[in-house]
Amino acid sequence: MSNMKKKKLTPVQQEYQDFAKDIEPKRPVVKNCIRAFLVGGLICTLGQALQLIFITYLDFTEETAAAPTSAVLIIISILLTGFGIFDHIAQWAGAGTAVPITGFANTMASAAIEHRTEGYVLGVGGNMFKLSGSVIVFGAFSAFIVAIIKITINWLGGM
Amino acid sequence: MLTGHQTWVFNSKPVIISSAAVGGPFEAQGALADDFDFLHQDVWLGQDSFEKAEKKLLEQACETAISKANMKKEDVQFFISGDLMNQIISSTFTARTLGIPFLGVFGACSSSMESLAMASLLIDSKAAKYVLAAASSHNIAAEKQFRYPTEYGAQKPPTAQWTVTGAGAGLVAETGDGPRVTCATIGRIVDMGLTDPYNMGAAMAPAAVDTIEAHFRDLNIDPSYYDLIATGDLGRVGHSIASKLLDKHGHKIPPEIFTDCGLLIYKDDQPVMAGGSGCGCSATVTYGHLLNRMKKGELKKILIVATGALLSPLSYQQKESIPCIAHAVSIEI
Repeated sequence: MSNMKKKKLTPVQQEYQDFAKDIEPKRPVVKNCIRAFLVGGLICTLGQALQLIFITYLDFTEETAAAPTSAVLIIISILLTGFGIFDHIAQWAGAGTAVPITGFANTMASAAIEHRTEGYVLGVGGNMFKLSGSVIVFGAFSAFIVAIIKITINWLGGM
Repeated sequence: MLTGHQTWVFNSKPVIISSAAVGGPFEAQGALADDFDFLHQDVWLGQDSFEKAEKKLLEQACETAISKANMKKEDVQFFISGDLMNQIISSTFTARTLGIPFLGVFGACSSSMESLAMASLLIDSKAAKYVLAAASSHNIAAEKQFRYPTEYGAQKPPTAQWTVTGAGAGLVAETGDGPRVTCATIGRIVDMGLTDPYNMGAAMAPAAVDTIEAHFRDLNIDPSYYDLIATGDLGRVGHSIASKLLDKHGHKIPPEIFTDCGLLIYKDDQPVMAGGSGCGCSATVTYGHLLNRMKKGELKKILIVATGALLSPLSYQQKESIPCIAHAVSIEI
């Protein structure tokens, strides 16, 4: 917690939080980073291998192979989510499975499965983007900002 | 009878004439599997939603408790119950099935002892002859409401806890054989400004300590009066904070008699991080394991301090801190 937030606490609350902090187990950040690096790297290597397969054995170029590569990773991720395996891998791997496209597929599939009991329209449809919605909103928004910066630089005769 | 500031002493000593505990598959692999009346291998319990599954757990616990006392549900005057679902639907829907006049309570995970304290008060004040007290929780239904979808791959920190899939019920009566409820201390809300829903133990520990201290102050007794003092669902983190806090305040409870239902229910090799939580945690451990041990004569006097974190998914997103509460009930045989 930042110091700004702590200033709002009463002295008793502050004293307790410091006291509790010493007893709580810390998040194993270094271990989590190493695992995320290994698993994330493994997923990206798998993606690279898939891309090579598409280029070498099927009629794809380096550019057009991106779509089927992502699709295969998404399908694997959704199947693992559906079979209840993904969350166990993710507990071990952390950001390793969350950051690549596998994480995005998992947010949608898991929300869709979870809300199946509330029906297709209000349940699945209404909740599917519950977690991934903000990724799309801020992804699209930052793409827009970057595009404006690029156009402005071009217009000023740069790069 | 009010004793001290916030403690009821039940002079008639209402009796828990029967009790039942029902659990799910994860509890079946746990350390207390033998103390459950029913264990289900399917988290759905054959229902088409997790909310219905939780209702089924609670119905089964209530019906089992009534039938173990060789009674019919018509003989019970009141049903007091609580759970974690929005608008306590598990309890109200169970009350619909049972058809017993119903009082709903919400104290988050402290509902188990809140309902038992109120049931005992009704009996002690002669407002009823038989009252059924119960509480339930369902791991997936609770995760769905309070956190993320179950299959979502978010990494949980070591302070997170595992919501128990289970329900416990106790039938409290004026007379009969069984463990007796002697007194109850109603807790006040304690909020130490913690905001992390993945660290409920640390948030709830001060509330548990406050109620425990109030209990001993009001009754002017010592922790050694009890054979066992069990908090509801502080887990590993909250339990060690509570022990150290009591130490610091000069109310040391000997470690051999101080435990937590969230630590008892699962085995060490189960992936539950800091331990169990939920209404079902203190309810199944108390109505199953602890009462069984009392009946075997291993324990004579116990104090259950059920702890509750009174947050909502909305209050958490609006950056509110987590208000916590604890209710203590003393059971003697």
